[in-house]
Parts: sequence; structure tokens; C-alpha cells
Amino acid sequence: MNTPCLSRPRGAIRIQDVVKVYDPHGAAVTAVDHCTLDIAPGEICMIVGPSGCGKTSLLNAIAGFHDITSGAIYLDDRLLCGPGRPQSEPGADRVVVFQNGALFPWKTVLDNITFGPLVQGRSTLREAREKARALMADAGLADVESSYPAQLSSGVRRRVEIVRALMNDPSVLLLDEPYRALDSLTKSMMHESLLQTYYRNKVTIFFITHDLEEAIFLGDKVVVMTSRPCRPKKIVTVDIPHPRDHNVLTSRRFRELMDETMSAVHEEAQAAFAAGEREG
Amino acid sequence: MEMVASGAIGREDSRLAMIRRRLALSLRSPAPYLALLGFALFLGFWHLAVEVWQLPRFRAMPSLGAVVGDWISRDPIYGLSLFTPEYYAHIWASLRRVLLAFALATALGVPLGMAFGWSPAFRRYVFPLFEILRPIPALAWVPLAIVMFHGTESSVRFITFLPAFFATALNTMLGVSSIDESYLRAARCLGASRWQTFRHVVVPGAMPFIFTGLQISIGVAWFSLVAGEMLAGEFGLGYVIYTGYTLVTYPTIVIGMVTLGLVGYVSSAIIRLVGRRLMQWHARNLGIEG
Repeated sequence: MNTPCLSRPRGAIRIQDVVKVYDPHGAAVTAVDHCTLDIAPGEICMIVGPSGCGKTSLLNAIAGFHDITSGAIYLDDRLLCGPGRPQSEPGADRVVVFQNGALFPWKTVLDNITFGPLVQGRSTLREAREKARALMADAGLADVESSYPAQLSSGVRRRVEIVRALMNDPSVLLLDEPYRALDSLTKSMMHESLLQTYYRNKVTIFFITHDLEEAIFLGDKVVVMTSRPCRPKKIVTVDIPHPRDHNVLTSRRFRELMDETMSAVHEEAQAAFAAGEREG
Repeated sequence: MEMVASGAIGREDSRLAMIRRRLALSLRSPAPYLALLGFALFLGFWHLAVEVWQLPRFRAMPSLGAVVGDWISRDPIYGLSLFTPEYYAHIWASLRRVLLAFALATALGVPLGMAFGWSPAFRRYVFPLFEILRPIPALAWVPLAIVMFHGTESSVRFITFLPAFFATALNTMLGVSSIDESYLRAARCLGASRWQTFRHVVVPGAMPFIFTGLQISIGVAWFSLVAGEMLAGEFGLGYVIYTGYTLVTYPTIVIGMVTLGLVGYVSSAIIRLVGRRLMQWHARNLGIEG
């Protein structure tokens, strides 16, 4: 019951003509505008766009933190939200890793990691701990299980949070700029460790960032979003084969992809900047 | 079985060693000596001001010698010392009132504060009323309390309870609303029900604020207790202080005051200790431990 179904890949996300308008009867700010996007099972989909462009609204709609105004979102042909059901119910099949980290400071690392399976009543304490220790050992976190989050470096905290998400055998990991606050060296360590984890546990990854290098290094697909309202402007398929490591960063193909994507990102960043000036 | 026992002893040993280490460390730092010096300066000034210099405002004050002499005398001139059973009866009377009021304030204030923080609808109903009642000083309640409860004992308890209750409820509410939204979202993502989220996120997340509230609560409980006892008491430290004034036994006043200071200090130290025990994660965050 606890083993994931390996025969059929899970985690296909279909975003169909989604619109999100905040405060429709008042200021009516359109955050997401007729956005359509297909993400294959086990794909790493990187969403790139300027800050405040509405990427997070999309993530919140998938996670079930916010409703959508129209359109529909499916996970493996199951309707998450759409006609007659504006907001999906948050669930452990779509675990979010938050921008500033959301490990519970009052729980030890081990208790944080076992939280999901225990509150869901999916496994006993012993089973959950066994599984947690196995995943932690894989992630090189074996010796921090009884620490509190505040005692760990931010890089280690992010890795713990990914393990906490994976404990639930999710179909999708939703990451909202998880490495934003890290220095570039730690960040590149995090990228390699995330890929290692991904190779061991194939899940669909929906990853929001505004760092283009990060997007191309990690992604199978990079979706450049337009500035508010947000909709896909350009979708770039990253054909650099897995497994990838930091050597990819200096490869020619990586540079070409950067060039190809850069101008689209730059245009939108400029548009966002100009919009910001107008509002200011 | 044996392993368990030896493990426990080992832990006990290491705890003792830790306490000893900490004690040695604090004796090497200047803090305890500075504190002693502070006491000495204060007491020295008291003695000089009253007995030697006889400063204008201090002339009628009880002297250090008179207070300490009476306090440690087996046969006190003014009737109250460490060796008289009445002394402890007064302490116990006050302590009992404070503990009862504090326990009731905690038992009612924490759930009410949680409800304020957790349910916006409930807050909209009750909070405005709460905010009007809260600033009314406990002393203003004295006449009504006496009318309401007939006896003095219940009215003193009520007056002690009231501000403690408000402090606890308000801080608990602040604690709940201080919890970062992403913790609540994370819990829901990980499959926690509303009740599980409450138990595993809201309660521990609000804990630091709750304990701040309890510290304030016990402080204001002592404060209003003394006021209540002065007006309506038949026993207790506030009563000791007030009768010391009416019977012109001034050293007794100071004995009552110092005793209040000590008991008050100990009671809030105990709450601090319990808080630190319950929130090791918080202590570590602040770098107090570990």
C-alpha cells in the first residue's frame, strides 16, 4: 500500500486556460491570464518570470491554497480545480516547498520528516522513522535527525524539507523559489543534490524561479512567463541529457540555451520594471 | 532493564556535571559579583540615609537594622518574623490566592486567546467587548466584586484573576496570529486535518507568546492581589503591609514588601523554567542552550 505504483508514471499536470483575477468586483487585478500548460509525468518544469508576475498564483492554485477564476487544472486526469470547483483541496500528492522554508521550528528534523505519514495515518511511527532514516541517509542527512531546524544551515534545511516532502510519495513537488535566499555556492550544491534526489525518486517537479541559469541547469522544460498577467511566452525544451552535474554549466549547449532564452526573459523583466515604474 | 537503568544514571550524571560546569562558569564571570555589589550599595544607602545622615524624607522610615533585626528575631517586637507561624500563614494565604487566580486565568485565558486567534468570526463578536473591559484597572472592580461575591475571599480572588486572565488571553491571541502562514500551509499540504494543524502547529507555534503572557499574568496577579488584600483582606501579605501602616509598625511593612518581592521573583522564575523546558527548540533558537 505504501509502495508507489511504478508501472504507470504519475504526476501529469494539465493547466487549461486558467485565469486568476484577484478581487474581481473591485480592483480586479489579473494575475494569471488564459494560461495553458502541459507537464509530463516525471518532468522537471521550470517556470521563469519576473518577480510578482503571477507565477506563485499558479502554484497556489495547484496546491489548493487559492481558487482560480476560470479554466481547469488536472492531475493525472483528475480534476483538481475547474468548473464548479474553484479551489482544490491541499493534499500530500502535491507537496509544496516554500520560499523561506517551512520546517516546523518546534519539531526535530526527524519529527518534521515523519509528520506527513503520521498525521495521514499512513504508517506507524516505526515504519515512518525507518523510511525517514533511509531517505535521510540517501540525502546525506544521517547525523542531523535530532537537531532542531534553527541549528542547521539554510542549505541543510532545504534538503530536509525536500525529504519531508518525498516522505509522502507525492506525484508532484511544487517548489517556490526554494533557493532564493542562498548564496551562489550553496545554491549550486543544492542543485546537484536536488538532481540526485530526483534520480532516485522520479516525481514531477514544478519549480518557480527567476534565475535563468538555475532553470536551464535543472529543467527538462523552461517556461518563460509574461509579466503580469502571467501566461507562457516561450517554452524551451532543454535537451541536455541526464544525469547532469556542474560541468554542464560550462558546456556549449548550455550557453546556447541561455542565449535562446535570455532575450525572452529580458523583455519581460523590462516590461515588469516599466509597469512597476508606472505604478510607483 | 539494566541498560535502561544505567542510561538513566548516566544522564543524571551528565546533568549534574553540566550544572556544576555552568555554576563554575557563572562564578568566573563578573555577573554575580556585580549583582552582589548592587545589593550592597542599595542596602548601604538605605542604612546611611535613615540612621546616619537622617535625610529629610527618610527620617521616619524603618531602618535596615530594625527591619532585619525584627525579621530574623525569634521574638519580634512587631509580631512578625521568620520564626512566627503567622508569617507563613500570610505567605500561604497570598500564595494560594495567586495560584488559584493564575490557574483559573490560564485555564480560561489560553483557550479564549486560541479561539480569538484561530477563528476570525469569534474574534469579531467578542474581541471589541474584550478590549473595552481589558483596560479597566482591577481596583475599579473592587466595589462590584464585593457586591457580587458577598465574602471578601472570593472578591480578592476575582480581582487577582481578572488582569491575569486578560494578559494571558491577549498574549495567546498574539501568539496564534504571529504564526507564519507557510507553516499552516505546509501542514495542510502534508495532509494534516484542521485539528492536527491546531495541535501540531498552532499550539506549539503560539507557545513562546503564551509563556510571555503567563509571565505577565503572574506579575499582574501579585500586583492586583496586594491591592485587593489591602482593601478587602483579612490575611495575606497585602493585609500585612496595610495593617503595618494603620498600626504604625513600619518594619512589618518592609518585611511584607521584601517577602512579596521574593515570592514574586520565585514564582515568575518557575514559569520561566517550565517554559524553557517545554520549548527547548525556542531556547536553542535564541542561543540560550545547546
